Amino acid sequence: MNEKENKGGNNDEPNKKFSIWDLPDVPMGQLPPHLQLQKTRVVCKADAPIHTDNISYSGAYASIGVDNSVHLDLFRDNFKVNVIRLTKEDMEFDMIGIDPALANAFRRILISEVPTMAIEKVLIAYNTSVVQDEVLAHRLGLVPLKADPRLFEYLSANDTPNEKNTIVFKLHASCKRGERRTVYSEELKWLPKGSELIKEAGQADSKPTTYTSFTCSQDVLPEFSEDPISPSEDKIILAKLGSKQEIELEAHAVKGLGKTHAKWSPVATAWYRMLPEVVLLEDVEDEVAEELVRRCPDKVFDIEDIGHGKKRATVARPRDCRLCRECVRGEGWEERVELRRVKDHFIFTVESTGVLPPEVLFTEAVKILEEKCERVISELS
Amino acid sequence: MEHGSLNDPSKATFSFVDEDHTLANSVRFCLNQDPRVSVCGYSIPHPSDARVNIRIQTTGEPAREVLKDGCQNLMLMCQHVRGTLDKAVADFRMNNPTKMETKSDSEMET
Repeated sequence: MNEKENKGGNNDEPNKKFSIWDLPDVPMGQLPPHLQLQKTRVVCKADAPIHTDNISYSGAYASIGVDNSVHLDLFRDNFKVNVIRLTKEDMEFDMIGIDPALANAFRRILISEVPTMAIEKVLIAYNTSVVQDEVLAHRLGLVPLKADPRLFEYLSANDTPNEKNTIVFKLHASCKRGERRTVYSEELKWLPKGSELIKEAGQADSKPTTYTSFTCSQDVLPEFSEDPISPSEDKIILAKLGSKQEIELEAHAVKGLGKTHAKWSPVATAWYRMLPEVVLLEDVEDEVAEELVRRCPDKVFDIEDIGHGKKRATVARPRDCRLCRECVRGEGWEERVELRRVKDHFIFTVESTGVLPPEVLFTEAVKILEEKCERVISELS
Repeated sequence: MEHGSLNDPSKATFSFVDEDHTLANSVRFCLNQDPRVSVCGYSIPHPSDARVNIRIQTTGEPAREVLKDGCQNLMLMCQHVRGTLDKAVADFRMNNPTKMETKSDSEMET
């Protein structure tokens, strides 16, 4: 007993020497289970969630000898992606092993920093409808256009609009006498050769110029010859016309970011949630089990028979849990059920407006984050 | 823009213009995981200015190098994310060739 090492020197009595390394419940290199829970799970109690912060500091557990630093190889080994649903318009996939900082960065970039094309300038030649000019122009701006923004450049204030940075649409709708009519987005006709409205020229002898200067037609490009540019939805209502009312206008679309105006956002929305984990802390049997199954509106729990007429509740579909907290509301329920969220497992949903397929949008968002890092690195060097 | 001292390169505040939480939080996360970093944090002095201050204090190495390494790591992580996602989408498409339907169809589960 007297030959053990003395670490820390907390001696109450001179004969009692002990070593903390001999204690059985501090295994080397691993966190004890309650700290592991705090690090990897958010526990959603009935009133508020706890353990919501991310302990990413590399020296957080230095005092117990556990290294919290993550090297790139460890990230590469642990990172997984599972695609759950993928259609032309939306996508749901799981990202496992990533941190909320990165997941949120991707979400923010998807909403505001992936560029798209949207109508910015509307040249109205004639509008006798009840929809005012500015209201009509605002509505036109919000129409999503099925044009790949990677093929276009930005148009700045002193650039001339040409075929590389502008898309021109025309809308000419009129209503016959005695009828009423709705103007849909399918009536926006793409003009691949540029603007057709003639500018009021000062000199009488100069060639009549239009509002854009296209040097070549846009449908010469292979991407547009098979798949002409149009709004991504046909049945968006732009205006309603009454008897003998007419709208004639030309709309110019340019490239922009969602940061400037929401019309340039390529996603209807994009969101993520953490994977729910529902844990039964004790065996829930018979009537209590029935009540638990009844309480949950998302059918997370199921009853199984364990023989002798006794029933037990099990967690069947934890992924469907929407955190309504019905199962922990009331007396005594918090000791039976615990609602948790896994901190590094994100269920991402991306809903595209039709500009680009959702997986392409996410890839573009990741590329944009990479470009930001590159810019920072080049500034520092 | 780096605000530091000439004598001690291991502590510095970096000020980035035209950036916000998107990049700053990701860089802060990458830097925190680096064992050479003792303190790392970011702040946004005013929400109307698109300016972000990242403070780094290291265990001896110049803060500029550590920040560069952190950004490099972040880039590599992004590239890995992209590659994994592309592969996962390709695998999904291979296993579910009929599920690429138009918007008129109802939601389908794999």
